[in-house]
Amino acid sequence: MKKLNYRLIIFLLATVFGIAFTIPSFLGKKPRVNLGLDLQGGMYLVLGVKQDEAVKNKLKTIASTIKYISEKKELFIDNLKIDNNKITFELIDKDDMKKMDEELKSIKGIEVKKNIKNGSVEYSVTLTPAEIQKTKEDAIKLAVQTIRSRLDAFGLAEPSVTRQGKDKIVVELPGIKTEKEKQNIKKLISSSAHLELYLVDDEHQATTKEEAAKYGDILLPDKDNPKRMWLLKTPPVLDGSMITDANVGFTQKTNQPAIFFTLNSEGARIFGDVTGKNVGKRLAIVVDNRVYSAPVIQERIGGGSGQITVSSPDEAHILAIALRSGSLPAPVVLLEQRSVGASLGADSIRNSMIALISGFIVVVLFMAWYYRLAGIIADIALITNLFLITAIMALFGATLTLPGMAGIVLTVGMAVDANVIINERIRELIREGVPISKAIEGGYENAMSAILDANITTLIAAIALFAYGTGTIKGFAITMAIGILASMLTAILGTHGIWQYLLASGKKITPRDFGMEE
Amino acid sequence: MEFFKGNKVYDFMSKSKIFAFVSLVLVIFSLFLIFTKGFNWGIDFKGGVEIQIRFEKPVNIADVRNLVSKEFKGANITTFGSPNEILIRLNVNQVSGDVQKSLGEEIKKLLLPLGKVEIRRVDIVGAKVGNELKEKGLKALIFAIIGILIYVSFRFEWRFALASVIALMHDTIISLGAVSLFNIEVNLDVLAAVLTLMGYSLNDTIVVFDRIREEVRKSKINDLATLINVAISKTLSRTVLTSLTTFFVVLTLFLFGGEIIKPFSFTLLVGIIVGTYSSIFIASPLLIWLGFRIDEYRKKLAEIEKRKKEKEKLRQMYQGGVV
Repeated sequence: MKKLNYRLIIFLLATVFGIAFTIPSFLGKKPRVNLGLDLQGGMYLVLGVKQDEAVKNKLKTIASTIKYISEKKELFIDNLKIDNNKITFELIDKDDMKKMDEELKSIKGIEVKKNIKNGSVEYSVTLTPAEIQKTKEDAIKLAVQTIRSRLDAFGLAEPSVTRQGKDKIVVELPGIKTEKEKQNIKKLISSSAHLELYLVDDEHQATTKEEAAKYGDILLPDKDNPKRMWLLKTPPVLDGSMITDANVGFTQKTNQPAIFFTLNSEGARIFGDVTGKNVGKRLAIVVDNRVYSAPVIQERIGGGSGQITVSSPDEAHILAIALRSGSLPAPVVLLEQRSVGASLGADSIRNSMIALISGFIVVVLFMAWYYRLAGIIADIALITNLFLITAIMALFGATLTLPGMAGIVLTVGMAVDANVIINERIRELIREGVPISKAIEGGYENAMSAILDANITTLIAAIALFAYGTGTIKGFAITMAIGILASMLTAILGTHGIWQYLLASGKKITPRDFGMEE
Repeated sequence: MEFFKGNKVYDFMSKSKIFAFVSLVLVIFSLFLIFTKGFNWGIDFKGGVEIQIRFEKPVNIADVRNLVSKEFKGANITTFGSPNEILIRLNVNQVSGDVQKSLGEEIKKLLLPLGKVEIRRVDIVGAKVGNELKEKGLKALIFAIIGILIYVSFRFEWRFALASVIALMHDTIISLGAVSLFNIEVNLDVLAAVLTLMGYSLNDTIVVFDRIREEVRKSKINDLATLINVAISKTLSRTVLTSLTTFFVVLTLFLFGGEIIKPFSFTLLVGIIVGTYSSIFIASPLLIWLGFRIDEYRKKLAEIEKRKKEKEKLRQMYQGGVV
């Protein structure tokens, strides 16, 4: 046991660790190295969240709260408007100012400015910068959650939804095969699923927005025929936040695919009231600002359930999931889409494996030929290094991408660098006539500063890549960094330990073992 | 096996002006290419659509072009790696607005007369994404350079830091020049390759600088050019060997790694050659031109050594209870 030294023990432990945690990856068990979408096939989407819309929605909500308050407390206001991220209104009676201020205080995150005129007060309400920030932040957080739960409900294997930067969401979907699946998923992710029920205004006629506004109405297009516009009474009687469940089925009479939704108790009460009061009128079902249908209300609908007819079972399925998991707080736009077929991924793996193995063999043979025993020892370190990289990546659940594969190939070339530096130093000392055992120790000592400085500077470049890279580039930076760190352990500590063991066990080492000709 | 036997010192410095001239010409030519010809930006940066398809049998590319251009005017169609595989490139504005539409399906239908088509890859990148990536790439470069400058200044001296960064830029510019000259498509992987070659080129330079630092400390040589010659000669064997092993590996990647990784491995191949050249012939003479003085550095080292010793003495005094 005296022959063992701490370096060798650490190296052996590292080897065992490396092999033990590499095996599961090859058996397909956990922990394993995940293959990136470029290697296993799948779809990668980058979505942009329109955060400004979330801020606008927030203002809309505040405006309707102000309207609600003024009606309830009988504080008469006029000219309630939103523009340029500002709510303005006029309080008709100056004497109500105190009461109004009191009420506005209960709304969080707003700034109120007043301009007192003769008898009335002009109010202007804006969101505080902190509130705007929070609204934007919430919008993206909620969007990530919503998209995640939609995908989970869709039943896909291992979808990944992550936030990127300030306003982007990355969705990664391995194992998507057909084009149809892709289309459905894109629809599922990007539809806001904002359900609203409006009463149809049959008394007026309007062709423009301004005309509609005169009657307090809005114009929305029909889903199947975008040219057909519906005139609807604002505000909507219900919105999707009151939906508790949505399921796919077929209508009884016409056997059309449809979504059956259930409302919560408050929604059910409102739905009952509205339908009861408006029998004979039409109720428009609007999803994402498009009118799906506008059936005539036959009777009061109690029990809080309703249906939306759609054109295909597929559409019903997607919409039902979207409604169930809630609407997106702000619309999303598709910025980037990449999809790789499974066969291309397999080709990429095969090609890079060929490159990796042939590169590896060339380096191993070259080292053994040039340095003999010292080269073989460096080769052993190199093999351990590869195991270690795989093991560490598996444990961190890191993703191996095509550039990441290239990173490993590159590491193989660079990992032997440390051994080259050390061996050259040892040769130098031998040439100077230093006895072998001292030459080995001296070689490691002399080489250390060069190896450390060189590796640390490379590491700085890897960190820069990681910090500003995206997706596959990050994967590349991670493999590079792991490779550098692993190579320091194996190439410096490991080989040193092996030499010390050989010296301690009394093996006669000659300059020939360093590839020198005597 | 030994490539460079014994302690032979090669005289690199006497020819440093020639190499400097060669490098200057290469850098100017590269900059000229970069600013006039520019880069063949891939969709990662300029946005657009790429559809990679495979036929069961080799097809006539003109037929593909005819069929595709029925729907997509101005589509760029090339073979990709093998004659069965074809890459279709579309501009962003040719498909804008209907990203929801299934492009893969559409292409498949269009090409049906030519036989069965397999859609292997569809990439759609919005134009905005690209600008952001360029910005990020630039940030990564600047961040890396600043980090390196700080680290090398701290470990060596500012002239070493400046020289290594100039050598780094030299390598990067010439590699980018080659990328421009050979019309290599610049995508994210090429950016990764550029950053890798920066790391690699530094690695090489630092090893030589480390040797110069050591020679300043240990040897009695007072002439900087001679000292640099000694340092380079002593590290020559290592420089050549490591460059060879890395070169082999990148070459296998270039030859066998598949079509997608080609731009990446090409950039690295050029980078390794230029990086090796610059660490021997450019980085070290820069020390001379930047006015590095052996005697000053030795003084500085002696100063540091003295301070260390004084501290040590003080500590011993404390521990000995004298003060």
